Amino acid sequence: MKITSNRTKAYRILSLIVLILLAVAFTFPLYWIVTGAFKTGQDIYATTPHLWPTEWTMSNFDKLFSRRSAPLFEIGTLVGPTVPGVIRWLVNTVFMSVMAMILTCLTAAMAGYALAKKRFIGRTLLFSLIVCAMALPKQVILIPLLREMSALHLWDSLWAVIFPTVGWPFGVFLMKQFAEGIPGEILEAARVDGAGEIRTFATIVLPMVKPGVGALAIFTFINSWNDYFMQLVMLASNANYTISLGIATMQAETSVDLGLLMSGAALAAVPIIIVFLIFQKYFTQGITMGAVKG
Amino acid sequence: MAKQPKSTMSRALVRRETISGYLFLLPSLIFFVGFVIIPMFTCIFYSLTDVNMNTQGMGNFIGLKNFTSLWADDTFKEALWNTFVIVIVSVPTVCAFSLWVSSAIYKLNGKLLSAFRCIFYLPVVTGSVAVTVVWKWMYDNYTGIFNYALKGLGVIDKNINWLGDPKYALGCIILILFTTSVGQPIVLYVSALGNVDQSLVEAAQVDGATNMQVFWNIKWPQMMPTTLYILVITTINSFQCFALIQLLTQGGSGTNTVMYYIYYTAFKLTEKAGHFGYANAMGVILAIFIGLLSALQFRLAKEK
Repeated sequence: MKITSNRTKAYRILSLIVLILLAVAFTFPLYWIVTGAFKTGQDIYATTPHLWPTEWTMSNFDKLFSRRSAPLFEIGTLVGPTVPGVIRWLVNTVFMSVMAMILTCLTAAMAGYALAKKRFIGRTLLFSLIVCAMALPKQVILIPLLREMSALHLWDSLWAVIFPTVGWPFGVFLMKQFAEGIPGEILEAARVDGAGEIRTFATIVLPMVKPGVGALAIFTFINSWNDYFMQLVMLASNANYTISLGIATMQAETSVDLGLLMSGAALAAVPIIIVFLIFQKYFTQGITMGAVKG
Repeated sequence: MAKQPKSTMSRALVRRETISGYLFLLPSLIFFVGFVIIPMFTCIFYSLTDVNMNTQGMGNFIGLKNFTSLWADDTFKEALWNTFVIVIVSVPTVCAFSLWVSSAIYKLNGKLLSAFRCIFYLPVVTGSVAVTVVWKWMYDNYTGIFNYALKGLGVIDKNINWLGDPKYALGCIILILFTTSVGQPIVLYVSALGNVDQSLVEAAQVDGATNMQVFWNIKWPQMMPTTLYILVITTINSFQCFALIQLLTQGGSGTNTVMYYIYYTAFKLTEKAGHFGYANAMGVILAIFIGLLSALQFRLAKEK
């Protein structure tokens, strides 16, 4: 008995050490981005890498912000003040992610409720279609989607990235899981009390699936922020770029200026990581709920 | 007689439920049908035509010609092979690794547990472009930390051009893919381990079962649905690996994949440029493979 418990203890300590080493390895790329963003060219191109910058510099960011400028926003004829291009990219990315988030949450909450609680004709068929579509890689439908977007005159606009994200059925699937937890008696009672469909949805269903909406919101926001492939295919002009796409293009243009690239990468990654850390509780919940009955 | 009104009432109820059901579904259906279902069917249709970048309409119907040309296309075969290598290497390692990490962390206290969970999720949140850009630097021939560290440890004695050498490039990409793939499985396994029926575990321990026995005979079967889900999402993720290839090697050094080749065929200026029909045929094949693999995984998991 003693031997086994000693062994268990040794195993526990050993696994904790391995875990800590792994944790260091997993955080290292981010550390390398952030420190790299503040390193001088000399540090960056040294054949002996400097784990800590010998000298902190803002010159990479200065370079990043002095690149091609663009108006802060363009809504119809309304044109914002001129700002550095990267700021515009950030504004675009935030706009895109927030729009995708709002539209996804709204449509998915309604659809998920209907799929979970309404018994209508075609429900099973629709649900199997949703599950099948979820297993399909998004990229497969890229070309038809591209032609469709140009036919709708949406190509090279942020909407061309937002709409397919909203159409992706994961949100509906997730919200159905949450809506299934609503007791049927409560809905029945509301109906007996004479509450209309919209009132039932707004006052009873929505508050009950709120954790699900929170999870879906943060999930959609992060995914949309990082959905590089869709952005690459759908956006063409520099002023419409997202931050990911902007950095990727910068890499192709200036493949040697690592300091500049790191400052861009830091600008793309740090905001989304902060959002993630603030809302990670909901995020974890969302991922888990999506898997139940998956 | 008594039944008559009841059945009309339920029919009315069904109609009411159907109408309100579809009204609630409508906003979502517009996006789902418009931007997923229609492109999905168009994709299948395009794969049977010679539609290209300059075609205005649907192009000419050419039957299965795209598929037969694919069969003869060596680049496609290489891409397909590489895609399989990526999937076959990364799926089991991601599953095994995340299972081990989860079982090592799920009993830690709340703060420590969520710290570890966040750290392993970090590469996913950082975003594929930022991750790729920094890994490219880390793999660099002259200024990369890999060459420096491995030389310091005496593992290699000459700088290796990691991404330029066909011997290593695919492995390097799989390593990055690995770090960006384990986040979600770990979250899922941690919660699955937390949901294992404790009374069964205790009963087994009373009977003198070792930790290993408890794990494989009690916890593992109960986590099967989670494992299945993880297998499916990891498979899809590995098939979708695109940004890494496009930004690191552009399909060079033996790292071409189907996903990248589709993009390349459709948008890059080559002799095949803009061959949408051809690229769509690849998309269809990819979708079939993913469907088959998912079905296979379901079968295997059900049998167990």
